[in-house]
Amino acid sequence: MSGSKQRAAVIGVGQTKYASTRGDVSLAGLVREAAYRALEMAGKQWSDIDAVVIGKAPDFFEGIMMPEIYLAEALGCVGKPILRVHTAGSVGGSTAVVATSLVQAGIHGTVLTLGFEKQSESNAMWALSLPSPFTTSINAGAGGYFSPIIRRYMEYSGAPELIGCMVALKDRQHALNNPYAHVQDHELTFDKVVESPMLWDPIRYSETCPSSDGACAMVLTDETGAEAHDGAVAWIHGTAMRSEANNYGGRNVVSPKASEDCAADVFAQAGITNPREQIDAVEMYVPFSWYEPMWLESLGFAEKGEGWRMVESGATKHEGGDLPVNCSGGVLSTNPIGASGMIRFAEAALQVMGEAGAHQVDGAKTAFGHAYGGGAQYYAMWVVGAEKP
Amino acid sequence: MGYNQDPNVQPAALSGEVTMPAALAEVEPVQSVRTPAAIEYIATPGASLSAYLRAMKDKKILGDKCPVTGQVFVPPRGVSPVSGQRTTEMVEVADAGYVESFNITRLPIKSRPDLNPPYVSAWVVPDGANVGSISLVAGIEPEDVRIGLRVRAVWKPDDELEESAANILHWEPTGEPDVVLDDLRVIGKPGDAQ
Repeated sequence: MSGSKQRAAVIGVGQTKYASTRGDVSLAGLVREAAYRALEMAGKQWSDIDAVVIGKAPDFFEGIMMPEIYLAEALGCVGKPILRVHTAGSVGGSTAVVATSLVQAGIHGTVLTLGFEKQSESNAMWALSLPSPFTTSINAGAGGYFSPIIRRYMEYSGAPELIGCMVALKDRQHALNNPYAHVQDHELTFDKVVESPMLWDPIRYSETCPSSDGACAMVLTDETGAEAHDGAVAWIHGTAMRSEANNYGGRNVVSPKASEDCAADVFAQAGITNPREQIDAVEMYVPFSWYEPMWLESLGFAEKGEGWRMVESGATKHEGGDLPVNCSGGVLSTNPIGASGMIRFAEAALQVMGEAGAHQVDGAKTAFGHAYGGGAQYYAMWVVGAEKP
Repeated sequence: MGYNQDPNVQPAALSGEVTMPAALAEVEPVQSVRTPAAIEYIATPGASLSAYLRAMKDKKILGDKCPVTGQVFVPPRGVSPVSGQRTTEMVEVADAGYVESFNITRLPIKSRPDLNPPYVSAWVVPDGANVGSISLVAGIEPEDVRIGLRVRAVWKPDDELEESAANILHWEPTGEPDVVLDDLRVIGKPGDAQ
């Protein structure tokens, strides 16, 4: 903790059931469901909340411009400050970081933060591939953009070609322990993952995140509020954000500088010098399976070129792994884009609160939440702990 | 109170019955309405992109040169993404280059109904440029495309050329030896420093 920054903590987490279509609720009903659950866990009322910080992916996904204005009423925020955060796919993480900073700065005592997306009312794939004037784009969605980067990783690391399939199976099996997860496939086998069609060779359909509806909310509070809270608390030990341009010469597209710098910053704040040893549970933004070994290297959990060995050895599995990654099922099992980053942060908090239920990592004391977005150019990360920093 | 482990258990505040006003009792319930929306707009290309599009008619590819780093960007946008400075110098790059990486796309793409999957979507770096842009590689079996493949632009016939990036139909192999990894710009190799 530097300067006069105050301590902040998570005292409530709420999520909606994630599904391809939540046709039973409007956007307002969706966010309200997550918010009420977070308030309930925190033992708070709307009147206890000083401000709301909200995030989602670009507005043209659902075609509702500045939805934070329309949703303020559903979030009990009439007459209170509401702040919207925009950082593409990393937005759920950035939103939590901004909310944290408002508490750390002493501006607000208790803040509700929330991320959401209703992909059933949008078309994210083609919204990300809009024909733009004067160009001749042939890119097909996020998979079209990230698959050549993955190919670069495969080529330089020499990783066996089915490492991505191992990650995909692992995260879908983890999801079976999380009743909120969207994809719940009890019949999935490794062979089925491998036999799934290539969409953007080298990415298979089975190695790709789903399109989900859902919202995730957290109640953050200051030290006084956390000490007075009758229930589990996740103390925030560090937060960091970084961004960079995605198109300059000599850019390391596999492990961008913004990613490495962001990790170095957040780990320094949290006093972490050996991430693999000191972190008990990781919730990492992995929308395409190969990003697990890529981020393991970029974030310092593995040496460069060696991340795939952790996958292969089972080190990132909930059962038996020494660094369980995405015990919730991850983005590969649940992807309401604007919420996906916040789900990583919230699931990290649940782990250190001991509230992760069937996907709890036994005795988790320190956990890491991670999100990335854009052309792998926006990053948000936090470290949370069971102990007060 | 602990975390709600059961998504089917609604928060207490949402667990009540919803009662409709009497006036709506006989009305058919509606859950969603689809309302297609569209926005039309006029875009102007700006000075750099205008020069690039005009040069396309002469089968030339122009890039912007960063005044600080000297890096060359295609297509040009009038500003350097490295230094943030406005660019003042344009340079011609070759209509040949190499494949930095690629995918084999097996999905139809809405904006290009003429493309039949599978097709190769590649980052092609023209000689003289510092970044690649996503380009179509054809004239080769998709399975035979590889990182480092040398390619050249295939242009529309001269009498069909316009002030348009669509003048380049695709990129095809030149038959030259591949660019080997050590000759590639430094990207993502183990131990790389930025």
